[in-house]
Amino acid sequence: MLEVSKLKKSYDKLDVLKGVDLTVGKGEVVAVIGPSGSGKSTLLRCINQLERADSGTITVFGEDLMHTDQRGRAVFADAKKLHSIRLRMGLVFQNFNLFPHMTVLRNITEAQVCVLKRNRKDAKENAMRLLEKMGLETKASAYPCELSGGQQQRVSIARALALDPEILFFDEPTSALDPELTGEILNVIRNLAAVGMTMVIVTHEMSFAHDVADKVVFMEGGDIVDQGTPDHLFGEDASERVQQFLQRFNR
Amino acid sequence: MTSEQIGTLFGLMLQYAVPTMKIFAYTLIFSIPLGMLVAQLKMCRFKPVSWLTNLYILIMRGTPLLLQLIVAQYSVPNIVKSDICPGFLRDLLGGIDIRSESYTFNMMLIAFVLNYAAYFAEIFRGGIESIPKGQYEAASALGFGRLQTFFRIVLPQVIKRVTPACSNEIITLVKDTSLASAIPYMEIMYIAKKQVPTYASLLPLFMAGLFYFAFAMVLTLLFNIIEKKLNYYK
Repeated sequence: MLEVSKLKKSYDKLDVLKGVDLTVGKGEVVAVIGPSGSGKSTLLRCINQLERADSGTITVFGEDLMHTDQRGRAVFADAKKLHSIRLRMGLVFQNFNLFPHMTVLRNITEAQVCVLKRNRKDAKENAMRLLEKMGLETKASAYPCELSGGQQQRVSIARALALDPEILFFDEPTSALDPELTGEILNVIRNLAAVGMTMVIVTHEMSFAHDVADKVVFMEGGDIVDQGTPDHLFGEDASERVQQFLQRFNR
Repeated sequence: MTSEQIGTLFGLMLQYAVPTMKIFAYTLIFSIPLGMLVAQLKMCRFKPVSWLTNLYILIMRGTPLLLQLIVAQYSVPNIVKSDICPGFLRDLLGGIDIRSESYTFNMMLIAFVLNYAAYFAEIFRGGIESIPKGQYEAASALGFGRLQTFFRIVLPQVIKRVTPACSNEIITLVKDTSLASAIPYMEIMYIAKKQVPTYASLLPLFMAGLFYFAFAMVLTLLFNIIEKKLNYYK
């Protein structure tokens, strides 16, 4: 479903991604872990077109998002194709990025109506169904500022799901939340995994990654150091660097 | 002064309050959209455009409005007279009757609009730049186009943020319209000054002052209401 190979990205002289390879199959849940500044978020941002990679290949849904020509220059798909690819992906941010001037309901319906051209009634029904799933049906007419962080993040997940993405990306979805609120978000993601949603989750929640992910990827310094099943990565035959990182994490 | 005189004076002042309000209204109608455009030009990634816009803002904010108003009045005859003026422009401007009332008003309005657009542009630019990057990223991830992002997501938030600064600017404009009296353009300040020797009294000036004060007061109250309305979210 998603294939990334030899992806490189640098800011000035700082190499953030040094040739990353990643494959995500349909229905697969991939957790990306690693220390801060390892390029996890940048990888997600390149796939979601918030940044443009310098070289490498990204193929999604069998479509060519970008590749590199013989002279080593990045070639991107045309704007129309990029847009159609973007609509099939969802992204959930660390800071929610809800639109503060819109009600919860409007946050979820706006893109359905303006981008997907659904009619307002269908969009609203769809939004209410999602809000119910998130346990937030009573908050439809509230503004984001009236909600807790965990509730805001659930709204932002509903907002992403409203466009029926085929793959959903999470960029540290619980990092901006109080520890006691992370549980509700992780539960939502667990439920999505249970219904077969394809997801890539950048996270610092190790036990969550262990429980939910089909595959765990460890990144450091712009490279994937190790990847495999949770049992492999959290077990004894993981690479030494991974074990070192996890040990410090558990202490 | 008899009460009859006071009544006549009051009627006269009221009559000349109309042109004052005309300057005020036209300046706002044109300078706010123009200010929005100038703000966009200043943020343009093509540097020469941004520099030129910046130069315009610097001149407008760095020189007195009174001077700009007077220069605007003298501009057309001086352009026509100059040696470097291209022929077509001379033909175009030569046909303008610089003694007509509409010429006086239009040139004055151009000066007011250009001056206020520069101030509004800086307010709008500050407002637009204060919108967090995350808003653009969320909009982009949801597939909103550039115009949709600006009009549906950025602009409503900018309006809330710039309203206090704009109300300040708009209330200043109420009083700045009095500079038109120096052109001279017959508005309330002009007529008030002219009536002082006639009546041998400060009453005309006092009435003009009262008019400006009431006008500003109404706007202050109006903006209080608008700001409250915009407070539906934090």
